[in-house]
Amino acid sequence: MYFRKMLLASAALACAALPMKAMADTADKKIALSNNYAGNSWRQAMLTSWEKVTGEAVKAGIVAAADPFTTAENQATEQAAQIQNMILQGYDAIVINAASPTALNGAVKEACDAGITVVSFDGIVTEPCAWRIAVDFKEMGRSQIEYLSKKIPAGGNLLEIRGLAGVFVDDEISAGIHAGVAQFPQFKIVGSVHGDWAQDVAQKAVAGILPSLPEIAAVVTQGGDGYGAAEAFAAAKRPIPTIIMGNRQDELKWWKEQKDANGYETMSVSIAPGVSTLAFWVAQQILDGKEVKKDLVVPFLSITQDTLEANLASTQEGGVANVEYSQADAQKVIEAAK
Amino acid sequence: MKKILSSDTVRLLIPALSLTILLISVFYLQPRAMSYVGLNLLFNLAVPIALATIAQMLIMTVNDLDLSMGTFVSFVACITATFLQATPLIGVLMLAAAIATYAVLGVLIHVRNLPSIVVTLGMSFVWGGLAVLILPAPGGEAPGWVRAVMVSRPPFVPMAILACAIIAVVSHLLIMRSSFGVILRGVGGNARSVERAGWSILKARAATYALAAFFAILSGISLVGLTTSADANIALRYTLLSIAGVVLGGGEFTGGRVSPIGAVIGALTLTLAGSFLSFLRISPDWQIGAQGAILIVVLALRLLLNRLENRGKRP
Repeated sequence: MYFRKMLLASAALACAALPMKAMADTADKKIALSNNYAGNSWRQAMLTSWEKVTGEAVKAGIVAAADPFTTAENQATEQAAQIQNMILQGYDAIVINAASPTALNGAVKEACDAGITVVSFDGIVTEPCAWRIAVDFKEMGRSQIEYLSKKIPAGGNLLEIRGLAGVFVDDEISAGIHAGVAQFPQFKIVGSVHGDWAQDVAQKAVAGILPSLPEIAAVVTQGGDGYGAAEAFAAAKRPIPTIIMGNRQDELKWWKEQKDANGYETMSVSIAPGVSTLAFWVAQQILDGKEVKKDLVVPFLSITQDTLEANLASTQEGGVANVEYSQADAQKVIEAAK
Repeated sequence: MKKILSSDTVRLLIPALSLTILLISVFYLQPRAMSYVGLNLLFNLAVPIALATIAQMLIMTVNDLDLSMGTFVSFVACITATFLQATPLIGVLMLAAAIATYAVLGVLIHVRNLPSIVVTLGMSFVWGGLAVLILPAPGGEAPGWVRAVMVSRPPFVPMAILACAIIAVVSHLLIMRSSFGVILRGVGGNARSVERAGWSILKARAATYALAAFFAILSGISLVGLTTSADANIALRYTLLSIAGVVLGGGEFTGGRVSPIGAVIGALTLTLAGSFLSFLRISPDWQIGAQGAILIVVLALRLLLNRLENRGKRP
């Protein structure tokens, strides 16, 4: 009798253990998020996405833990200390949005030496032992011109709204836009203003330059400035050109209103805050023993005429359109890099 | 007890006690920290903070305050990761010029009787600007020897602990035991009587500032040794951390009452407080508040002890 009971018990144990094993070999792995800043809507959305997606992953037994940590002040030395604490806490992988691309390298190296997988995203680190999920801002600029070349094959004059002067991202996106214009020479940039990624600044800047400009076929932007540009054109009583949007809720709302009123057509492109969840899955895949290249590229979140309504509905007031990535998405990104 | 322990020892008691309590709590929360590697990870970023704290303490010894400490350390970090690495001679010359600048600042503050807070606040923009000029984008590389020292693994005692002990002993000998140190503290305590005794306060102040710059430079170099590369904003936190470290370690803003060993312990306590809170999993929204609470508790304890001490002095 006793033997039979034992047998039954072990069979039950095996049954309980089996599905866990089949799901992933990372069931006992712990992943930490080291984040340097949480003070704007983009970062808040990033953290919310992390908690939502990793919470489900932990519940499903794919990983043992996925704890987010944010430093109290946006300082590299503080984040370096935070990463060293994570090494002590015994995490198997650390996902980083870094305060500085270089100042964390020492701590990242310590983590790598301790056998920890380090994946950086958005704010990436240059230490060679870490993985990087970078944003191809140049391509983000170039793709705008490519879209316009399909929509307006004849070409025309462009107004460029740039971001915050002196910031790396602004230079990159602008360089991409100029590369796009070189590729499609039917377009010509006739004016360029700095909108600082803010609607009010963009509106003022565009209103200031508009009287001196010829007819504008399209406005190329960097995100957070499309709605302000539209308002400036409307106030000057000029025909509203094709304005590329940047996934902000106010921009999408305006686009929807115009679309319903007069069939206005454009596109919208930006980086989804949910990129944190992509980094999480990439870390999980590396822990799972997958071969992953050190440099990966984040896909942008593009919104087209057809996907506008769905995205607008899922974006909260004053927020940014978001997308959370799945394990399959991460595998696709990893495959694409090979 | 009043007779056995000098007031300097009592002054050290609270910081040492709070560090011990924090350390025990950290070991309890994270037993992994109780090892050679663990201690090094816990404390290696405290080494540059300890050096910056000693620098700040020197300035505070002569009743001044340096609000440019963070930007100056960042500036040094940028030089270390660029010039000191590529062309060591020019790098050393630049650092020497920085020390000279500090000495001149000391003279200026003394001669024109300017508030040090205003002068150093102004200088913080100068150092910050120079740092951005030297290293417009984060990068650079730590010189090999700096990196080698900072990741070295001496036998038995982790580098971080050893370095902090050396800093504490050297600065203790310099400030508490040497005649130079006595003059410095005298300037903070009673400048007029030091002057009447025939010492030049001008020279003492200049020397203090130069020495502070020297320690701040060591701080910047060791920081780059840990991070491997620099960033123009790398050490902005050090201004407040260094002041908090001195005060936590039993130093006072006036009167030349400072304690080098206490300052190093204060720097270690501050570093450990951050780790402690992160091991406790306190949400970041509360962390600044919790860090402040630890500071207030330690300072309240000190105030209490000071009162007991004073009561004992009354006949």
